[in-house]
Order: sequence, then C-alpha cells, then structure tokens
Amino acid sequence: MSSHAQTGHAVVVEPSGFIRKYIFSIDHKVIGIQYFLLALTAVCVGIVLSLLMRFHLVYPGAHLPFVSGGIMTPEQYMALVTMHGTIMVFFVLTTAPQGGFGNYFLPIQIGAPDMAFPRLNMLSFWVTFLAFVAILAAFVVPGGAPISGWTGYTPLSGMGEVTGPGEGMGQTLWIVSISLFCLASLLGALNFIATTIDLRAPGMTLFRMPLTVWGWFVTAILGLLAFGVLLAGGVLLLLDRSAGTSFFLPAGMVVNDQLQPHSGGSPLLWQHLFWFFGHPEVYIAILPGMGVASHVLSTFSRKPVYGYRAMAMAICAIGFLGFMVWGHHMFLSGMSPYSGFAFSVLTMSIGVPSAIKTFNWIGTLWGGKIQFKSPMLFALGFVSLFVSGGLSGLFLAQPAVDNMLHGGYYVVAHFHLVMGVAAIFGIFAATYFWFPKMFGRMMSEPLGKLHFWFTFAGAYCIFMPMHFVGLAGGIRRYADATGTNYGAALQPAHMFMTYAAFITGAAQLVFLFNFFWSLKHGPVAGKNPWNATTLEWITDSPPPIDNFGGHYPSVYRGPYEFSVPGYRQDFIPQNLTPDQAALLK
Amino acid sequence: MSEAEFEGIVESRWSGGASPFAINSKKLGMWLFIVSDSLTFSALLISYAYVRLETPNWPRPFEIWPAIAKSSFMTFVLLSSSLTMVLGVNAAFKGDRKKTVRYLIATIICGIAFVLIHATEWVTLFGEGVTPWGNPWGTPLFGGTFFGLTGLHMLHVTIGVAYLAIIAWGFGKGKYTAEHVEVSGLYWHFVDLVWMFIFPMVYLLSVNPK
Repeated sequence: MSSHAQTGHAVVVEPSGFIRKYIFSIDHKVIGIQYFLLALTAVCVGIVLSLLMRFHLVYPGAHLPFVSGGIMTPEQYMALVTMHGTIMVFFVLTTAPQGGFGNYFLPIQIGAPDMAFPRLNMLSFWVTFLAFVAILAAFVVPGGAPISGWTGYTPLSGMGEVTGPGEGMGQTLWIVSISLFCLASLLGALNFIATTIDLRAPGMTLFRMPLTVWGWFVTAILGLLAFGVLLAGGVLLLLDRSAGTSFFLPAGMVVNDQLQPHSGGSPLLWQHLFWFFGHPEVYIAILPGMGVASHVLSTFSRKPVYGYRAMAMAICAIGFLGFMVWGHHMFLSGMSPYSGFAFSVLTMSIGVPSAIKTFNWIGTLWGGKIQFKSPMLFALGFVSLFVSGGLSGLFLAQPAVDNMLHGGYYVVAHFHLVMGVAAIFGIFAATYFWFPKMFGRMMSEPLGKLHFWFTFAGAYCIFMPMHFVGLAGGIRRYADATGTNYGAALQPAHMFMTYAAFITGAAQLVFLFNFFWSLKHGPVAGKNPWNATTLEWITDSPPPIDNFGGHYPSVYRGPYEFSVPGYRQDFIPQNLTPDQAALLK
Repeated sequence: MSEAEFEGIVESRWSGGASPFAINSKKLGMWLFIVSDSLTFSALLISYAYVRLETPNWPRPFEIWPAIAKSSFMTFVLLSSSLTMVLGVNAAFKGDRKKTVRYLIATIICGIAFVLIHATEWVTLFGEGVTPWGNPWGTPLFGGTFFGLTGLHMLHVTIGVAYLAIIAWGFGKGKYTAEHVEVSGLYWHFVDLVWMFIFPMVYLLSVNPK
C-alpha cells in the first residue's frame, strides 16, 4: 500500500488465507487486536504472580506444591517481584494502550486507511511477541527468573550466577527481552508519529484531533526518545555479562567471600540510563489513559471537553517535563543536594499540568447529562485513582521525605495507584468503550458495572492500607518480615490487602467472561452506539479493511461537539459539513 | 511576508490531507529513526564520558603513527563515501540509472573498505592484548568503551552496506525511485556523522601525550 496516499487512496484488498489475514497481517486493526490479546495474556500472568506474592507475604511458611522445595525462598519471591513488574510495565501498561488501542484507533480517528508503514507495524508486533516469549522463557531456564527487579539494578544484574539463582540465564533472557521490546517500541513509535503527522484527513488540524490521538502521539514521541536510551543501556549490560566488561560494575566487590574481577564501572550509570528511560515510561503508560478518560468523560457527559486546548498542551507539557525528572528515582542513590533540589522542583512542577487536566475533567463533568455506562465508570475511576495516586507523588518528590519513604511500601502504593491501576482503568474504559466498534457487539452493562465496583473498591482496599504500611516502616521487597516486631505488627494490614487482592483478582474473571461471551452473544452494535462524534463512529462496526469503505472523510469541526445549542441532535460528527449540520437545527 | 500570512501558511500546511513538511512518509520515518538512533549513540557516548571522567589515569595509548594515521585514513574513506552518496542521489534525481548505481557501488566499496581496515585495527589491538575485558594499561573499561562504541558503529556501517546494496540493485532494475535512494542516503550520512563524534572522542582524545 502506498504510504502517503492522501489524494488518491490506494485500493486495499483484503488478503485471503488465514495466515495473511490473522497472523502476519499488515492491517493495523488486526495488529491492534494482536497487541491487545498479547497484553491480555500478559496481564493474567502478572496478576497470578502478584497474588502469589500477596499470599506469601501473609503465609510465608505455607507449602506450595508448584514451588521446588515446597516453601518459597526469598530468591523465588524476588523473582516474582521482578517478573510481575517487568511483565506488567512492558507487556501490559505499554502494550495495551499504545500498541493495542493506539494501533487500532489512531488511523481511524484521523481518517487514514492504515498506519504510515504497515509492514513495519507488523514487524513491531512480532518483535514484541518474541520479547514476550523471551521473558516467559526466563521462568523455565535453569536457575529460573531473574531477581534484580523490573529496574534490573546493577551490580546485581550484571554479574551472572554468582549473585544468585536466576542471575544466570534468566537475567540474560530478561535483557534480551527488554532490548527486543525497546527495538519494537521505537519502531512502533516512529510509525505512530509519521502517521499522525502525514495521514490526517483533510480538515483534521492538530487542534481538531481527539485527545486520544494527542495522548498516543505524545506517547510515541516519548517512546521514540526513551527506548533508544534503554537499548544502549541494555547493550552495555549485556556486554558486562557476556563480554567481561565492567561498565556498571565497580572494583572491589566481594560476593560469597570471593573478590570479583571487575573494576572501574559505576552502578549509578545504569540507574541514570535506566531512569532516563524509566520515567518517560511512566508517562508512556498513563498518557493514553488520560486521552481515553477525556474522550469518554466528554462523550458520556454529552459535553465538550472543558478547555480542549489546555488539555492538549498539558499532555505535551507532561511529556516534556517527564524527560527532566528521572533523578527523583535516585534520591537514595547518592546525589548532590543541588541536583536533588532541581529534580525535586521539576518533579513537583509536573503537578501543574496534571492539575490542569484534573480540573478540566471535573469541568467537563460539571453540568453535564451524565450517563453512567461502564466506560464512563472506568473513566471516572481513572480520574479518582490518578488524583489519589498522584498526590502522594508530591510527598515523594521531596528528597528529605523520600529518603524515609523510598525503600518502603509507600512508594509501592503510590506507583501502583497512579501508574498501574489508573492506567489499567484507562485500558478498561477503552475496552468497554470501543469493544462495539472492534467486534460489532456490545458488552454486558450489568456485568461491566459489577466488574467496575469490585475493581474500584478492591484497588483502594489494596493500595490505601499500603500507604500506611509504608509510613509505619514496612520495607518493600522483603519476602518475609514476620520475624521482626515491626513486621509482625503490620501483618493484619497485609492480611487485609491480601484478601482484597484475591477478591479483586476474582472480579477480573467477570471481565474475562464478559469479554469472551459478548464476542459471540452480545447485542449487535450499530455504527454509533454511544452517539459519539469522532471519525471511528461514522464507519461500520467492525470497520472494513480500508477503514471507511473507500469513502474517506473530510473534517469540518472539532472532536467534541456535544449538546451544541440550537441543534436537535446532541452530537455533531466531525465529518458533517456546515450544510449537513444545518439540517440538524 | 506578514505574520498573519505566515500563520495562514502554517495553518494550511497542518490542516490535514497532506504531509505538512511536503516530504513523503518514508523520508519522515527515516528522520525519526535517526532521531531515535542518535539518542542510542548519545547514551553510549555519554556513558563513555561518564566512566572516563570517573577514572583517574584513563589510558591514552594511541600513537600518531600508526593508530591515528590509520583511523584518519578510515575517516577519509568514510567521508569520501558520503561524497559519492551525494553524487549518487543527485544522479538518481536526474534519472541517470547507470550513473546512480555506479556511485552507489563506489559508496558500498568505501563502506566495505572502512569495515575491513577497522577489522585489521581490531585484530592488531587484540594482538597487543587489548580486549573488552582488559588491556596492558590497567583500565579494563578502556577496551570496553572502545570496542562497544566502534563495534556498534561498525554494525551500523555493515547494515548500511547491505541496505545500499539492496537499493542499488532495486534502483538499477527500476523497482525503486530516486526517493528510495535519497532515504538510504540519509541513513548513510547519519552513520558518517556518528563517526565524526567517535573519531575525536575515542581516538583523538586518547593520543599518547608523549
């Protein structure tokens, strides 16, 4: 397909044969669903790992039939921590919103037939898939999964088996997986950016793009700039492990009473490289969710997004500032107080665009005719979790406060709420919202509401007490603190969180059932079941192979024209000409 | 041009329906890839600077003859290849297929020569006991950074040679347009440019002061 067919769109022919159609497809819609299913698989694995951790924290001595030796060792617990974090951050929070929904809806929302580089898009997915296979393989290789956390901190991750089981083959596979993931993601990001810049339909100015597109676009810019740096770090770490270099390994390290043969490197260097990627990564996870929340809140309040331009600019500002605050992950690593001060001030300044967004979300709801459908509930949940999790970020941004809290559960609670669960709520909102468009059927509303309330209450029951555990001195990554006085005192809170986690985990089965049941048995959705305005709703559900059946739209208005005074219909699609719209008066 | 007119042009360019930069998407894609790849190299160069500044007595073993002379010659070869690349792109836009392919082959030969000379240099260094994990001068990271940086660059040149070979073959057959040649040229110049950072930072800063 021509990559820049705007004036004369190339004719897109649906490929015949199962493999070209569903496996090695170059159709962005199929690739989007592939990404989504990959993330769905990954999230199931990730949830099981987290439940195992929660179980171990309250019953550390329990016999588990599937654990070699019967009782989980601290190293095995650390392997769970590492794999849960890695799988969730990379293969769920990065993959589902951007690779999944971004791939599926960005071209449709800007009125394009496909991504700018369809073959590259397919390559990105399959490299991501390889990365996922590599990380899963770490479970089954000798020594098992790595134990150095999702951040892969050196020197632990750089020295091989001497530092523990899982640090042999498992850690190598981890690095290979992450490096592949970086490569796939930066190619994907390049594709998203080129698509957004070049393939917008006539009339689709930047400030007529839906906020979802803004979210994906800025996320792609972050990905383009951040993943290359982690790739460099991954290459160096791999050299340290396999070519005997010492980039991240200082001299004089003694492990198991043996002096290690490294010299000259710096563990801090890895932290800088990692977090220069790692902090933008946080926004890679959350920005698409912000876009979806804005989109859904507007649609189900039947009101335009309050302060649309400010919302778009706030996304850009968050993306920009996100590159200048990586040091706040390293306050404890030793840092000049002046650097700490700068990172602290910059970090808190992210509160400004975040507050603009929150204010505007509330402004969007204000006076609206709110419809509490499942996607709306999850979008409201997103706002709630983002605020609850974001506020604790302001405390952690102070180096002095962070020194006390950083090693403990307070940080775990903070980032799970703001980046983990909030982003997941964004994904859920997107799933409930776009499921009818993707599969042509509606999901069940009662089941969706049931799923929402259990997940929403469950998330708070898990992570709110966790803040207090952190304030009380609970230290994260400890497999078993029950032997200490302060640890034993915190056990009731841990018990509560574990029960909440199991109930919340079980509630996800409702979602899975709803998803797969509705694929076959949901009520048939029309073109526009939510009476929404953006371009994906003017085409069939699911859209034809070239997205618009040959009738490519032109755009005449902004993305959120709801309840415009003087019109009989409370929404005006973006592609209506002024003449067509006048008929609705 | 008044400010209002200028804004009008900007707005109409970005109003959808066409590429705002009036270039095709492939070229934009290559530029974006270059942005990303330059961050990868920047990260490596900054890492190199970081460990070098942290290390007292970083080795400076390169003699003007033969090490610097050799690397200068490599630089010359690579820069020449950029010249032939420019001439190739120029010929491609004029529609002269034969000339284009000839210039592309010249570029490829320069690229291969660069890799080969570089490889002999590596072999010589191995012979002197310089490896990624150690060397006679006592700072093992010297070898690590040297082979890491030049190795990744060499990988890029090798990929570039293969890329240009495909483009030359396809353009000769009439499968590819002049723009394909131009986009491959962007990549090639970028790889050259990276060397223009590596050459001073890795070689010239490590000239033996005696």
